Amino acid sequence: MSRQEHEEEGPATAGGRLMTGAEIFVRSLIAENVEVLFGYPGGATIGVYDALHDISDINHVLTRHEQGATHAAEGYSKATGKPGVVLVTSGPGATNTVTGIADAMMDSIPLVVFSGQVPLRLIGNDAFQEADIVGITRPITKHNYLVRDVRELAQTIKEAFYIATSGRPGPVLVDLPKDVMAQKTHFAYPQSVTLRNYAPILDGNIRQIRKAAELINAASRPVLYVGGGTILSNAAAELTALARKLRCPVTTTLHGLGSYPENDPLAMGMLGMHGTWYSNMAVHFCDVLIAVGARFDDRVTGNVEAFAAEAKKIHIDVDPAAISKNVKVDVPIVGDVKRVLTSLLELVNPLETQDWLRTIDAWKDEHPLRYRNGDEIRTQYVMQKLGEITEGNAIVVTDVGQHQMWAAQFFNFSHPRTHITSGGLGTMGFSLPAAMGAVFGRRDLPVISISGDGGFQMNSQEMATIVQHRLPVKIIVINNGFLGMVRQWQELFWRRRYSQVELANPDFVRLAEAYGCTAYRATRTSEVEDVLRKAMGHTDGPVFVEFVVAKEDNVYPMIPAGQTVNEMIDTPDPAPGGHETAGGRIETVEKGKARKVSVHAPVTSNA
Amino acid sequence: MPPSQAMLNTQASGVPDEKVKRHTISILVQNKFGAFNRIAGMFAAKGYNIDSLSVGPTEDEGVSRMTIVARGDDQIIEQITKQLNKLIDIVKVIDLTFESFVDRELVLVKVHATNDTRPEIMQIAEIFRAKVVDISPRTLTLEATGSQQKVDAIIKMLKPYAIKEMARTGRVALKREFQGEV
Ligand SMILES: Cc1cc2nc3c(=O)[nH]c(=O)nc-3n(C[C@H](O)[C@H](O)[C@H](O)COP(=O)(O)OP(=O)(O)OC[C@H]3O[C@@H](n4cnc5c(N)ncnc54)[C@H](O)[C@@H]3O)c2cc1C
Ligand SMILES: Cc1ncc(C[n+]2csc(CCOP(=O)(O)OP(=O)(O)O)c2C)c(N)n1
Ligand SMILES: [Mg+2]
Repeated sequence: MSRQEHEEEGPATAGGRLMTGAEIFVRSLIAENVEVLFGYPGGATIGVYDALHDISDINHVLTRHEQGATHAAEGYSKATGKPGVVLVTSGPGATNTVTGIADAMMDSIPLVVFSGQVPLRLIGNDAFQEADIVGITRPITKHNYLVRDVRELAQTIKEAFYIATSGRPGPVLVDLPKDVMAQKTHFAYPQSVTLRNYAPILDGNIRQIRKAAELINAASRPVLYVGGGTILSNAAAELTALARKLRCPVTTTLHGLGSYPENDPLAMGMLGMHGTWYSNMAVHFCDVLIAVGARFDDRVTGNVEAFAAEAKKIHIDVDPAAISKNVKVDVPIVGDVKRVLTSLLELVNPLETQDWLRTIDAWKDEHPLRYRNGDEIRTQYVMQKLGEITEGNAIVVTDVGQHQMWAAQFFNFSHPRTHITSGGLGTMGFSLPAAMGAVFGRRDLPVISISGDGGFQMNSQEMATIVQHRLPVKIIVINNGFLGMVRQWQELFWRRRYSQVELANPDFVRLAEAYGCTAYRATRTSEVEDVLRKAMGHTDGPVFVEFVVAKEDNVYPMIPAGQTVNEMIDTPDPAPGGHETAGGRIETVEKGKARKVSVHAPVTSNA
Repeated sequence: MPPSQAMLNTQASGVPDEKVKRHTISILVQNKFGAFNRIAGMFAAKGYNIDSLSVGPTEDEGVSRMTIVARGDDQIIEQITKQLNKLIDIVKVIDLTFESFVDRELVLVKVHATNDTRPEIMQIAEIFRAKVVDISPRTLTLEATGSQQKVDAIIKMLKPYAIKEMARTGRVALKREFQGEV
């Protein structure tokens, strides 16, 4: 449809003046209260960028790569609960968003990604910078659209935001052909959306909730297994109330961290492959497992047949397809965590769990998280100190690898939306741009990006964006000279054949300085606290810290992939002469207990 | 398993055979850009087996009916229906296996025919109430409609005469209405 036809459609007085697709796009984002847009311009979106030029309601952030834009939008969304919004050009601009979109799909993050497209009449012609992004992203979006007529644009944007943010959240892509964005029509932002078969169920079925309450009321060894859905649902308060009323121990997934305070006596920390010993034992021996917005991921269950095999299982999830997908459950409850927990709270009674909690406390004493602290910096120590210095009042955005697991184990997360990481897709390069996005949404808490030396280099270009906007990000790189997590697997399961895991790194401090960022380096344990305090106290824009840490260190406990608690490997005995370097002192950390430090040997400087 | 193979059926799915059942799933889907692709793509991405797929218009102009014959154990079939229901363009998903339903397939078979064999082939056609739709000195083309078993049977009967070409639709199906107490 040509521009002419639209202009002749009716008197301009009917719905105000005629607007181009580009103007409608901008007006629609304002109507959706979008305050920040992460993007990168190009030929197919040049008209849209022109329309954005004079708009002060929306802060457009020019990232240095479209992947950075999508992760920034994810970080923004995880920190705020609002949808993250991205605008990129056609072809390579669009394909560069694929990893971030897939990441958001796996971790249920609401994103709306707008991509430019070649003009309608050129679609399918291998036109310059054409890519079938709707086809490419079909399996990694919750839904996607190609807008074929400017008159559908506002409605489509409305639907995209609604779909992205409702039910189980996820990414939605809207492809915008260049000519459509130049067509004109009247603008009126729709008030509502009607979709024929899409209506997320939020209130749990009351009969199912009653059944769950009956099971819970008869339990003697209950466990709450809490996932990211609890945070997405803003239900940390309801969860805490339930756990305390029941006196039920709580374990969280990687994405559930922060939904329950880890210094609380009922807290057990994370479960799963690198979860605490006692979480995994408790889940294995519980009689009722209450899964709250968690999806029985294989990093959590290991061998599904043996996962909480004896327990009656209750599963609260807003996505019917998440229920009984991996593990058959006894009482499925489809609904929003907050609403379901609110109903459930009234139907359950305090339980006699003293014996059960004593058993768990004994496990905590016997198998705490632990590591030997010496002169050489251990990442565990960095995470523990960071937790202590910030008292948990910080947003920690991790990358993927060993440092990610150590942060999950040792930081002691206690508030919702303070832990942001890529769990489902496990995308290296996530942390730096995601932390940047988080800062745009949250200025009330310090934002700390933690990456490995490998992952940092996957999106380090965003240093430029961070410095340009003087964003107060604390950027930490844990430099072990290795792709540590892969090296660990090679050490444990591939006879120490270190194939392509050693990194030859740049001078990270000079690199950060070249971007215009204040930078520190610590190479000894004795320097860690000082450097961390300096970084946390830094007030003028970003600050960078490199920790040069032990090269060959392993994350424990570990349940090897697909196995059970019977195969769980606890931290090897750190006594002198053991697997780890002799000397130093053993730090032990138990969730939900005052931290105990048993001095095993004096701190040595064996430089 | 490469998705294309999964689409083209008959791959072992790793579940013991006795648990694997064939299900006829009827899907009403809005005629939106890329909607069929979304459905087929979901099957491919999740590695589900499709035996046949047919699609065509319905009484409602904006909606098409897709009939999919899929195989899997109970858990897989449950996931298939749930995953289909998650697709925004889908209006309704019914697993007809749990209902009473009528179903049909159609086949066109071009079979080698000589003066000697032609009468025999015509006789087979008659038994199956198949129609002759094309004839040449060396071939006969038959059209047969019926249940999958019936279509399988006529194909089996024609095989010895040398089938030169064949085109077979997937299954189409509709739920039976309540038959009344009259
Ligand atoms: C190197 C590495 C190691 C890992 N090791 C571990 C490990 O040891 N332990 C571990 O736990 N994870 C680990 N992970 C992460 C793991 O891969 C998964 O990403 C994670 O376990 C999934 O968390 P979740 O079950 O909370 O689900 P999420 O992915 O957070 O999904 C949320 C669930 O909640 C539902 N939901 C969403 N909103 C609502 C709502 N409003 N109401 C109700 N339900 C809702 C969704 O439908 C979904 O089912 C690791 C990842 C990496 C990269
Ligand atoms: C984009 C991407 N490529 C590859 C991997 C596989 N992988 C998982 S962890 C890891 C090592 C990460 O090394 P580094 O960033 O240095 O962190 P460390 O484990 O040393 O803390 C790799 C390569 C991945 N998760 N993401
Ligand atoms: Mg590393």
